[in-house]
Amino acid sequence: MSESIQDRVIAIIAEQAVLEPGDVSLDQTLEDLGIDSLGLVESIFAIEEAFDISVPFNANDPSASDFDISSVAAIIRAVEGLVADQAA
Amino acid sequence: MKRIVITGQGTINALGRNVPETLEAMREGRCGISDLEFQDVERLSIRIGAQVKGYEPEETFNRQQIALYDRFTQFTLIAARQAISQSGLTFSGELAARSGVVLGTSGGGMNTLDENYRSVYEDGKNRVHPFVVPKLMNNAAASHVSMEWNLKGPSFTVATACASSNHAMGQAMQMIRTGMADVMVTGGSEAMLCFGGIKAWEGLRVMSKDACRPFSANRNGMVQGEGSAVFVFEEYEHAKARGAEILAEVVGFAMTSDAADIVMPSKQGASRAIAGAMRDARLNPEDVCYINAHGTGTAANDKTECAAVADAFGHHADELMISSTKSMHGHLIGGTGAVELLACIMALREGVIAPTIGYEEPDPECALDVVPNVARDVKVGAVLSNAFAFGGLNAVLALRAH
Repeated sequence: MSESIQDRVIAIIAEQAVLEPGDVSLDQTLEDLGIDSLGLVESIFAIEEAFDISVPFNANDPSASDFDISSVAAIIRAVEGLVADQAA
Repeated sequence: MKRIVITGQGTINALGRNVPETLEAMREGRCGISDLEFQDVERLSIRIGAQVKGYEPEETFNRQQIALYDRFTQFTLIAARQAISQSGLTFSGELAARSGVVLGTSGGGMNTLDENYRSVYEDGKNRVHPFVVPKLMNNAAASHVSMEWNLKGPSFTVATACASSNHAMGQAMQMIRTGMADVMVTGGSEAMLCFGGIKAWEGLRVMSKDACRPFSANRNGMVQGEGSAVFVFEEYEHAKARGAEILAEVVGFAMTSDAADIVMPSKQGASRAIAGAMRDARLNPEDVCYINAHGTGTAANDKTECAAVADAFGHHADELMISSTKSMHGHLIGGTGAVELLACIMALREGVIAPTIGYEEPDPECALDVVPNVARDVKVGAVLSNAFAFGGLNAVLALRAH
Protein backbone atom coordinates (compact mmCIF):
# COMPACT_ATOMS: atom_id res chain seq x y z
CA MET A 1 0.00 0.00 0.00
CA SER A 2 1.58 3.22 -1.15
CA GLU A 3 -0.55 5.72 0.79
CA SER A 4 0.09 5.98 4.52
CA ILE A 5 -2.66 5.50 7.09
CA GLN A 6 -2.31 9.20 7.89
CA ASP A 7 -2.94 10.26 4.30
CA ARG A 8 -5.93 7.97 3.93
CA VAL A 9 -7.56 9.11 7.20
CA ILE A 10 -7.00 12.75 6.25
CA ALA A 11 -8.55 12.10 2.84
CA ILE A 12 -11.66 10.65 4.50
CA ILE A 13 -11.97 13.54 6.95
CA ALA A 14 -11.35 16.11 4.21
CA GLU A 15 -14.08 14.61 2.06
CA GLN A 16 -16.50 14.78 4.97
CA ALA A 17 -15.54 18.41 5.67
CA VAL A 18 -15.72 19.26 1.94
CA LEU A 19 -12.09 20.47 2.03
CA GLU A 20 -8.90 19.62 0.15
CA PRO A 21 -6.70 17.19 2.13
CA GLY A 22 -4.02 19.90 2.19
CA ASP A 23 -6.36 22.14 4.18
CA VAL A 24 -6.71 19.64 7.04
CA SER A 25 -4.07 19.98 9.77
CA LEU A 26 -3.25 17.45 12.47
CA ASP A 27 -4.06 19.65 15.44
CA GLN A 28 -7.59 20.50 14.28
CA THR A 29 -10.66 19.05 15.96
CA LEU A 30 -13.67 17.75 14.02
CA GLU A 31 -15.59 20.76 15.31
CA ASP A 32 -12.93 23.06 13.80
CA LEU A 33 -13.52 21.30 10.51
CA GLY A 34 -17.29 21.74 10.70
CA ILE A 35 -18.03 18.02 11.01
CA ASP A 36 -21.23 17.41 13.00
CA SER A 37 -22.41 14.23 14.76
CA LEU A 38 -23.79 12.67 11.57
CA GLY A 39 -20.56 13.57 9.76
CA LEU A 40 -18.62 11.88 12.53
CA VAL A 41 -20.48 8.57 12.28
CA GLU A 42 -20.18 8.74 8.50
CA SER A 43 -16.40 9.28 8.84
CA ILE A 44 -16.13 6.30 11.18
CA PHE A 45 -18.08 4.18 8.71
CA ALA A 46 -15.73 5.28 5.91
CA ILE A 47 -12.68 4.46 8.06
CA GLU A 48 -14.07 0.99 8.86
CA GLU A 49 -14.70 0.36 5.18
CA ALA A 50 -11.31 1.67 4.07
CA PHE A 51 -9.20 -0.31 6.58
CA ASP A 52 -11.60 -3.22 7.15
CA ILE A 53 -11.48 -2.65 10.87
CA SER A 54 -14.12 -2.31 13.56
CA VAL A 55 -14.00 1.03 15.38
CA PRO A 56 -15.16 0.91 19.03
CA PHE A 57 -17.28 4.04 18.96
CA ASN A 58 -20.65 4.63 20.58
CA ALA A 59 -22.42 7.81 19.52
CA ASN A 60 -24.32 7.88 22.84
CA ASP A 61 -21.16 8.86 24.65
CA PRO A 62 -18.25 9.57 22.32
CA SER A 63 -15.89 10.56 25.15
CA ALA A 64 -16.35 7.17 26.87
CA SER A 65 -15.29 5.27 23.76
CA ASP A 66 -11.81 3.79 23.49
CA PHE A 67 -11.51 5.55 20.17
CA ASP A 68 -10.00 9.01 20.67
CA ILE A 69 -11.58 11.60 18.37
CA SER A 70 -10.26 14.72 20.09
CA SER A 71 -8.21 15.81 17.05
CA VAL A 72 -7.21 14.69 13.57
CA ALA A 73 -3.88 13.43 14.96
CA ALA A 74 -5.67 11.45 17.71
CA ILE A 75 -7.93 9.77 15.16
CA ILE A 76 -4.94 8.82 13.02
CA ARG A 77 -3.13 7.34 16.06
CA ALA A 78 -6.25 5.38 17.02
CA VAL A 79 -6.66 4.00 13.49
CA GLU A 80 -2.97 3.05 13.38
CA GLY A 81 -3.46 1.18 16.66
CA LEU A 82 -6.49 -0.72 15.37
CA VAL A 83 -4.74 -1.62 12.11
CA ALA A 84 -1.68 -2.85 14.07
CA ASP A 85 -3.91 -4.91 16.45
CA GLN A 86 -5.54 -6.50 13.46
CA ALA A 87 -2.20 -7.42 11.89
CA ALA A 88 -0.89 -8.90 15.19
CA MET B 1 -64.49 27.76 10.29
CA LYS B 2 -61.67 29.03 8.16
CA ARG B 3 -61.44 28.57 4.38
CA ILE B 4 -58.49 26.89 2.69
CA VAL B 5 -56.95 27.79 -0.65
CA ILE B 6 -54.05 26.39 -2.66
CA THR B 7 -51.33 28.92 -3.46
CA GLY B 8 -48.53 26.71 -4.76
CA GLN B 9 -48.03 23.38 -6.51
CA GLY B 10 -45.01 21.37 -7.57
CA THR B 11 -44.26 17.92 -8.94
CA ILE B 12 -41.85 15.45 -10.43
CA ASN B 13 -43.26 12.27 -11.96
CA ALA B 14 -43.00 10.16 -15.09
CA LEU B 15 -44.91 12.77 -17.11
CA GLY B 16 -42.72 15.74 -16.25
CA ARG B 17 -40.20 17.43 -13.98
CA ASN B 18 -42.61 20.21 -13.01
CA VAL B 19 -46.29 21.17 -13.16
CA PRO B 20 -46.39 22.70 -16.69
CA GLU B 21 -44.70 19.62 -18.23
CA THR B 22 -47.03 17.28 -16.36
CA LEU B 23 -50.19 19.17 -17.34
CA GLU B 24 -49.08 19.32 -20.97
CA ALA B 25 -48.66 15.53 -20.97
CA MET B 26 -52.12 15.12 -19.38
CA ARG B 27 -53.68 17.42 -21.98
CA GLU B 28 -52.05 15.43 -24.76
CA GLY B 29 -52.95 12.09 -23.18
CA ARG B 30 -49.32 11.03 -23.15
CA CYS B 31 -48.33 7.79 -21.41
CA GLY B 32 -45.43 7.80 -18.94
CA ILE B 33 -45.31 4.01 -18.67
CA SER B 34 -42.35 2.18 -20.20
CA ASP B 35 -39.81 -0.57 -19.49
CA LEU B 36 -38.45 -0.43 -15.94
CA GLU B 37 -34.73 0.15 -15.53
CA PHE B 38 -33.02 -1.02 -12.31
CA GLN B 39 -30.87 -3.82 -10.96
CA ASP B 40 -32.28 -7.38 -11.26
CA VAL B 41 -35.31 -6.27 -13.32
CA GLU B 42 -34.79 -9.41 -15.44
CA ARG B 43 -35.85 -11.50 -12.43
CA LEU B 44 -39.29 -9.87 -12.39
CA SER B 45 -42.37 -10.95 -14.33
CA ILE B 46 -43.70 -7.36 -14.19
CA ARG B 47 -41.27 -5.11 -16.06
CA ILE B 48 -43.22 -1.94 -16.81
CA GLY B 49 -43.82 1.16 -14.74
CA ALA B 50 -44.10 4.94 -14.85
CA GLN B 51 -40.51 5.64 -13.86
CA VAL B 52 -38.84 9.07 -13.70
CA LYS B 53 -36.30 8.31 -16.44
CA GLY B 54 -32.98 10.06 -16.81
CA TYR B 55 -33.18 11.47 -13.29
CA GLU B 56 -29.73 12.41 -11.94
CA PRO B 57 -29.75 13.40 -8.25
CA GLU B 58 -26.39 15.17 -8.73
CA GLU B 59 -28.11 17.83 -10.84
CA THR B 60 -30.08 18.99 -7.77
CA PHE B 61 -28.37 17.76 -4.62
CA ASN B 62 -24.80 17.72 -3.30
CA ARG B 63 -22.95 14.57 -2.24
CA GLN B 64 -23.84 14.91 1.44
CA GLN B 65 -27.51 15.45 0.68
CA ILE B 66 -27.59 12.41 -1.59
CA ALA B 67 -26.04 10.32 1.21
CA LEU B 68 -28.95 11.35 3.44
CA TYR B 69 -31.94 11.59 1.05
CA ASP B 70 -33.68 8.50 -0.28
CA ARG B 71 -35.23 8.86 -3.73
CA PHE B 72 -38.69 9.52 -2.21
CA THR B 73 -37.24 12.39 -0.15
CA GLN B 74 -35.43 13.82 -3.19
CA PHE B 75 -38.68 13.80 -5.18
CA THR B 76 -40.48 15.49 -2.28
CA LEU B 77 -37.90 18.26 -1.94
CA ILE B 78 -37.97 18.95 -5.69
CA ALA B 79 -41.78 19.23 -5.69
CA ALA B 80 -41.84 21.26 -2.45
CA ARG B 81 -39.32 23.76 -3.83
CA GLN B 82 -41.55 24.46 -6.84
CA ALA B 83 -44.69 24.74 -4.71
CA ILE B 84 -43.25 27.02 -2.04
CA SER B 85 -41.51 29.16 -4.62
CA GLN B 86 -44.80 29.63 -6.49
CA SER B 87 -46.58 30.56 -3.26
CA GLY B 88 -44.05 33.33 -2.65
CA LEU B 89 -44.03 32.54 1.06
CA THR B 90 -40.99 32.66 3.33
CA PHE B 91 -41.29 31.25 6.80
CA SER B 92 -39.98 33.05 9.86
CA GLY B 93 -41.21 34.15 13.28
CA GLU B 94 -44.89 33.62 13.99
CA LEU B 95 -45.69 32.36 10.46
CA ALA B 96 -43.02 29.65 10.78
CA ALA B 97 -44.51 28.57 14.12
CA ARG B 98 -47.98 28.39 12.54
CA SER B 99 -46.92 26.48 9.42
CA GLY B 100 -46.37 22.74 9.11
CA VAL B 101 -45.95 19.85 6.72
CA VAL B 102 -48.06 16.72 6.41
CA LEU B 103 -47.08 14.30 3.68
CA GLY B 104 -48.23 10.88 2.52
CA THR B 105 -46.07 7.92 1.58
CA SER B 106 -46.60 4.20 1.73
CA GLY B 107 -43.15 2.68 1.29
CA GLY B 108 -40.95 5.53 2.52
CA GLY B 109 -37.31 4.82 1.72
CA MET B 110 -37.95 1.60 -0.17
CA ASN B 111 -34.84 1.95 -2.37
CA THR B 112 -32.69 2.36 0.74
CA LEU B 113 -34.18 -0.78 2.27
CA ASP B 114 -33.73 -2.70 -0.96
CA GLU B 115 -30.11 -1.65 -1.47
CA ASN B 116 -29.11 -2.40 2.11
CA TYR B 117 -30.93 -5.74 2.31
CA ARG B 118 -29.12 -6.68 -0.90
CA SER B 119 -25.83 -5.64 0.66
CA VAL B 120 -26.21 -7.62 3.91
CA TYR B 121 -28.18 -10.64 2.68
CA GLU B 122 -26.93 -11.15 -0.87
CA ASP B 123 -23.45 -9.64 -0.80
CA GLY B 124 -22.84 -10.85 2.77
CA LYS B 125 -21.58 -7.49 4.03
CA ASN B 126 -21.69 -6.96 7.76
CA ARG B 127 -21.52 -3.20 7.87
CA VAL B 128 -24.14 -0.73 6.65
CA HIS B 129 -23.91 3.01 6.14
CA PRO B 130 -24.85 4.97 9.30
CA PHE B 131 -27.62 6.88 7.52
CA VAL B 132 -29.73 3.85 6.63
CA VAL B 133 -32.33 4.58 9.32
CA PRO B 134 -32.66 8.36 8.85
CA LYS B 135 -32.80 7.75 5.10
CA LEU B 136 -35.47 5.04 5.01
CA MET B 137 -37.88 6.27 7.70
CA ASN B 138 -41.29 7.26 6.37
CA ASN B 139 -41.16 10.70 7.97
CA ALA B 140 -37.77 11.59 6.45
CA ALA B 141 -39.30 13.60 3.60
CA ALA B 142 -41.62 15.61 5.88
CA SER B 143 -38.74 16.33 8.25
CA HIS B 144 -36.38 17.50 5.50
CA VAL B 145 -39.09 19.80 4.11
CA SER B 146 -39.62 21.25 7.59
CA MET B 147 -35.86 21.81 7.98
CA GLU B 148 -35.29 23.31 4.55
CA TRP B 149 -38.16 25.83 4.82
CA ASN B 150 -38.25 26.39 8.59
CA LEU B 151 -41.75 24.98 9.11
CA LYS B 152 -42.16 24.67 12.88
CA GLY B 153 -45.85 23.83 13.29
CA PRO B 154 -47.67 20.46 13.12
CA SER B 155 -45.63 18.08 10.96
CA PHE B 156 -45.91 14.35 10.39
CA THR B 157 -46.32 11.61 7.81
CA VAL B 158 -49.42 9.63 6.95
CA ALA B 159 -49.22 6.06 5.68
CA THR B 160 -52.53 4.64 4.47
CA ALA B 161 -51.29 2.80 1.39
CA CYS B 162 -52.94 4.19 -1.77
CA ALA B 163 -54.88 6.85 0.17
CA SER B 164 -51.86 8.28 2.02
CA SER B 165 -51.69 11.57 0.08
CA ASN B 166 -55.41 12.21 0.27
CA HIS B 167 -55.42 11.51 3.99
CA ALA B 168 -52.39 13.82 4.38
CA MET B 169 -54.00 16.65 2.40
CA GLY B 170 -57.24 16.13 4.33
CA GLN B 171 -55.34 16.52 7.60
CA ALA B 172 -53.58 19.62 6.32
CA MET B 173 -56.92 21.09 5.36
CA GLN B 174 -58.48 20.33 8.75
CA MET B 175 -55.58 21.96 10.57
CA ILE B 176 -56.07 25.23 8.72
CA ARG B 177 -59.84 25.00 8.96
CA THR B 178 -59.77 24.65 12.73
CA GLY B 179 -57.13 27.32 13.23
CA MET B 180 -54.23 25.06 14.22
CA ALA B 181 -52.10 26.39 11.36
CA ASP B 182 -52.09 29.18 8.76
CA VAL B 183 -50.06 27.39 6.08
CA MET B 184 -49.57 23.67 5.50
CA VAL B 185 -47.20 22.15 2.96
CA THR B 186 -48.84 18.89 1.93
CA GLY B 187 -49.03 16.16 -0.68
CA GLY B 188 -47.04 12.96 -0.98
CA SER B 189 -44.27 10.96 -2.54
CA GLU B 190 -43.43 7.41 -3.50
CA ALA B 191 -40.38 5.66 -4.91
CA MET B 192 -40.83 1.90 -4.77
CA LEU B 193 -39.76 1.05 -8.29
CA CYS B 194 -36.94 -1.26 -7.26
CA PHE B 195 -36.53 -5.04 -7.31
CA GLY B 196 -38.00 -5.69 -3.85
CA GLY B 197 -40.77 -3.14 -4.31
CA ILE B 198 -42.09 -4.68 -7.52
CA LYS B 199 -41.40 -8.27 -6.42
CA ALA B 200 -43.71 -7.80 -3.42
CA TRP B 201 -46.51 -6.44 -5.63
CA GLU B 202 -46.05 -9.29 -8.13
CA GLY B 203 -47.09 -11.66 -5.37
CA LEU B 204 -50.59 -10.16 -5.24
CA ARG B 205 -51.12 -10.81 -8.97
CA VAL B 206 -52.91 -7.52 -9.53
CA MET B 207 -50.27 -5.95 -11.78
CA SER B 208 -50.53 -5.64 -15.55
CA LYS B 209 -47.67 -6.85 -17.74
CA ASP B 210 -48.54 -4.57 -20.63
CA ALA B 211 -50.60 -1.44 -19.83
CA CYS B 212 -52.88 0.40 -17.43
CA ARG B 213 -56.39 0.57 -18.97
CA PRO B 214 -58.77 1.85 -16.30
CA PHE B 215 -62.51 1.22 -16.86
CA SER B 216 -61.81 -0.63 -20.13
CA ALA B 217 -63.41 -4.10 -20.38
CA ASN B 218 -60.02 -5.61 -21.26
CA ARG B 219 -58.18 -4.03 -18.31
CA ASN B 220 -55.79 -6.45 -16.65
CA GLY B 221 -54.28 -4.71 -13.66
CA MET B 222 -52.45 -1.75 -12.23
CA VAL B 223 -49.08 -0.30 -13.20
CA GLN B 224 -46.91 1.37 -10.60
CA GLY B 225 -45.47 4.85 -10.90
CA GLU B 226 -43.14 7.01 -8.84
CA GLY B 227 -42.68 10.67 -8.02
CA SER B 228 -44.17 13.35 -5.84
CA ALA B 229 -46.53 16.29 -5.82
CA VAL B 230 -46.58 18.94 -3.11
CA PHE B 231 -48.99 21.84 -2.51
CA VAL B 232 -49.15 24.91 -0.33
CA PHE B 233 -52.48 25.04 1.51
CA GLU B 234 -53.11 28.45 3.00
CA GLU B 235 -55.81 30.06 5.10
CA TYR B 236 -57.94 32.15 2.73
CA GLU B 237 -57.74 35.51 4.55
CA HIS B 238 -53.99 35.09 4.91
CA ALA B 239 -53.60 34.45 1.18
CA LYS B 240 -55.96 37.30 0.27
CA ALA B 241 -54.22 39.79 2.54
CA ARG B 242 -50.91 39.26 0.81
CA GLY B 243 -52.43 39.23 -2.67
CA ALA B 244 -51.39 35.64 -3.41
CA GLU B 245 -52.48 33.93 -6.60
CA ILE B 246 -55.13 31.37 -5.64
CA LEU B 247 -55.12 28.16 -7.68
CA ALA B 248 -58.24 26.55 -6.17
CA GLU B 249 -60.18 26.25 -2.94
CA VAL B 250 -60.25 23.04 -0.90
CA VAL B 251 -63.85 22.86 0.26
CA GLY B 252 -64.46 19.37 1.56
CA PHE B 253 -62.95 16.18 2.84
CA ALA B 254 -64.26 12.90 4.14
CA MET B 255 -62.75 9.61 5.17
CA THR B 256 -64.34 6.27 5.88
CA SER B 257 -63.26 2.74 6.69
CA ASP B 258 -64.85 -0.32 5.05
CA ALA B 259 -64.10 -2.43 8.13
CA ALA B 260 -64.46 -5.42 5.83
CA ASP B 261 -61.50 -6.77 3.85
CA ILE B 262 -57.76 -6.13 3.72
CA VAL B 263 -57.62 -5.94 -0.10
CA MET B 264 -61.11 -6.02 -1.65
CA PRO B 265 -62.78 -2.60 -2.07
CA SER B 266 -66.30 -1.90 -0.86
CA LYS B 267 -68.99 0.05 -2.70
CA GLN B 268 -70.54 1.23 0.56
CA GLY B 269 -67.26 2.47 2.06
CA ALA B 270 -66.32 4.35 -1.10
CA SER B 271 -69.81 5.77 -1.57
CA ARG B 272 -69.94 7.00 2.04
CA ALA B 273 -66.62 8.81 1.55
CA ILE B 274 -67.80 10.46 -1.69
CA ALA B 275 -71.11 11.54 -0.18
CA GLY B 276 -69.32 12.68 2.97
CA ALA B 277 -66.94 14.92 1.03
CA MET B 278 -69.85 16.55 -0.81
CA ARG B 279 -71.71 17.09 2.45
CA ASP B 280 -68.61 18.56 4.09
CA ALA B 281 -68.16 20.87 1.10
CA ARG B 282 -71.88 21.78 1.03
CA LEU B 283 -72.00 20.70 -2.59
CA ASN B 284 -75.03 19.12 -4.20
CA PRO B 285 -74.38 16.18 -6.52
CA GLU B 286 -75.30 18.38 -9.52
CA ASP B 287 -72.51 20.83 -8.59
CA VAL B 288 -69.81 18.21 -9.19
CA CYS B 289 -68.71 18.11 -12.82
CA TYR B 290 -65.56 15.99 -12.63
CA ILE B 291 -64.10 13.25 -10.47
CA ASN B 292 -60.48 12.23 -10.61
CA ALA B 293 -61.02 8.52 -10.04
CA HIS B 294 -58.96 6.16 -7.98
CA GLY B 295 -59.21 4.10 -11.22
CA THR B 296 -56.36 1.65 -10.71
CA GLY B 297 -57.12 -0.52 -13.72
CA THR B 298 -57.82 -3.62 -11.64
CA ALA B 299 -61.02 -5.56 -12.26
CA ALA B 300 -62.24 -5.06 -8.71
CA ASN B 301 -61.48 -1.38 -8.12
CA ASP B 302 -62.91 0.07 -11.28
CA LYS B 303 -66.28 -1.65 -11.17
CA THR B 304 -66.65 -1.02 -7.43
CA GLU B 305 -65.71 2.65 -7.87
CA CYS B 306 -68.25 3.12 -10.67
CA ALA B 307 -70.94 1.48 -8.54
CA ALA B 308 -70.01 3.74 -5.62
CA VAL B 309 -70.23 6.87 -7.81
CA ALA B 310 -73.62 5.76 -9.13
CA ASP B 311 -74.74 5.16 -5.55
CA ALA B 312 -73.53 8.54 -4.26
CA PHE B 313 -74.70 10.64 -7.24
CA GLY B 314 -77.89 8.91 -8.37
CA HIS B 315 -78.94 10.03 -11.86
CA HIS B 316 -76.28 12.76 -11.92
CA ALA B 317 -73.63 10.00 -12.23
CA ASP B 318 -74.51 9.87 -15.95
CA GLU B 319 -73.86 13.61 -16.35
CA LEU B 320 -70.46 13.94 -14.71
CA MET B 321 -67.02 13.09 -16.08
CA ILE B 322 -64.73 10.67 -14.26
CA SER B 323 -61.22 9.88 -15.48
CA SER B 324 -58.23 7.98 -14.21
CA THR B 325 -54.93 9.71 -14.86
CA LYS B 326 -53.12 6.62 -13.50
CA SER B 327 -53.30 5.44 -17.11
CA MET B 328 -50.58 8.08 -17.77
CA HIS B 329 -48.54 8.56 -14.55
CA GLY B 330 -49.11 5.09 -13.11
CA HIS B 331 -50.16 4.33 -9.57
CA LEU B 332 -47.89 6.28 -7.24
CA ILE B 333 -49.34 4.40 -4.23
CA GLY B 334 -48.79 6.79 -1.28
CA GLY B 335 -48.10 9.73 -3.61
CA THR B 336 -50.87 9.13 -6.08
CA GLY B 337 -53.58 11.42 -4.69
CA ALA B 338 -51.14 14.32 -4.76
CA VAL B 339 -50.24 13.93 -8.46
CA GLU B 340 -53.93 13.43 -9.24
CA LEU B 341 -54.82 16.70 -7.49
CA LEU B 342 -52.83 18.43 -10.24
CA ALA B 343 -55.40 17.15 -12.76
CA CYS B 344 -58.22 18.41 -10.52
CA ILE B 345 -56.69 21.89 -10.33
CA MET B 346 -56.13 21.89 -14.12
CA ALA B 347 -59.83 21.10 -14.60
CA LEU B 348 -60.86 24.00 -12.35
CA ARG B 349 -58.37 26.57 -13.63
CA GLU B 350 -58.03 25.74 -17.29
CA GLY B 351 -61.23 23.87 -18.04
CA VAL B 352 -59.25 20.90 -19.36
CA ILE B 353 -60.35 17.43 -18.26
CA ALA B 354 -57.46 14.95 -18.36
CA PRO B 355 -58.44 11.74 -20.15
CA THR B 356 -58.38 8.07 -19.22
CA ILE B 357 -55.94 6.78 -21.82
CA GLY B 358 -55.53 3.17 -22.93
CA TYR B 359 -59.31 2.84 -23.08
CA GLU B 360 -60.23 0.19 -25.65
CA GLU B 361 -63.53 -1.56 -24.85
CA PRO B 362 -66.59 -0.36 -22.94
CA ASP B 363 -67.37 -2.34 -19.79
CA PRO B 364 -71.06 -2.46 -18.83
CA GLU B 365 -69.95 -2.46 -15.20
CA CYS B 366 -68.13 0.87 -15.73
CA ALA B 367 -70.82 2.65 -17.70
CA LEU B 368 -69.86 6.24 -16.83
CA ASP B 369 -68.29 9.01 -18.94
CA VAL B 370 -64.65 8.11 -18.34
CA VAL B 371 -63.31 10.73 -20.80
CA PRO B 372 -61.75 8.04 -22.99
CA ASN B 373 -58.34 8.68 -24.54
CA VAL B 374 -58.71 12.38 -25.43
CA ALA B 375 -58.75 15.37 -23.09
CA ARG B 376 -61.86 17.51 -23.13
CA ASP B 377 -62.42 21.25 -22.79
CA VAL B 378 -65.20 21.79 -20.26
CA LYS B 379 -65.58 24.58 -17.75
CA VAL B 380 -66.10 23.01 -14.32
CA GLY B 381 -66.93 24.56 -10.96
CA ALA B 382 -66.36 21.73 -8.49
CA VAL B 383 -64.45 18.46 -8.56
CA LEU B 384 -63.72 15.46 -6.34
CA SER B 385 -60.57 13.36 -6.00
CA ASN B 386 -61.04 9.76 -4.90
CA ALA B 387 -58.57 7.51 -3.11
CA PHE B 388 -59.46 4.04 -1.84
CA ALA B 389 -56.68 2.15 -0.12
CA PHE B 390 -55.91 -1.47 0.59
CA GLY B 391 -57.13 -2.04 4.09
CA GLY B 392 -60.44 -0.38 3.20
CA LEU B 393 -59.41 3.17 4.08
CA ASN B 394 -61.07 5.76 1.86
CA ALA B 395 -60.35 9.48 1.52
CA VAL B 396 -62.08 11.92 -0.82
CA LEU B 397 -61.29 15.62 -1.32
CA ALA B 398 -63.58 18.26 -2.82
CA LEU B 399 -62.23 21.35 -4.61
CA ARG B 400 -63.89 24.40 -6.04
CA ALA B 401 -62.73 26.95 -8.60
CA HIS B 402 -61.76 30.23 -7.09
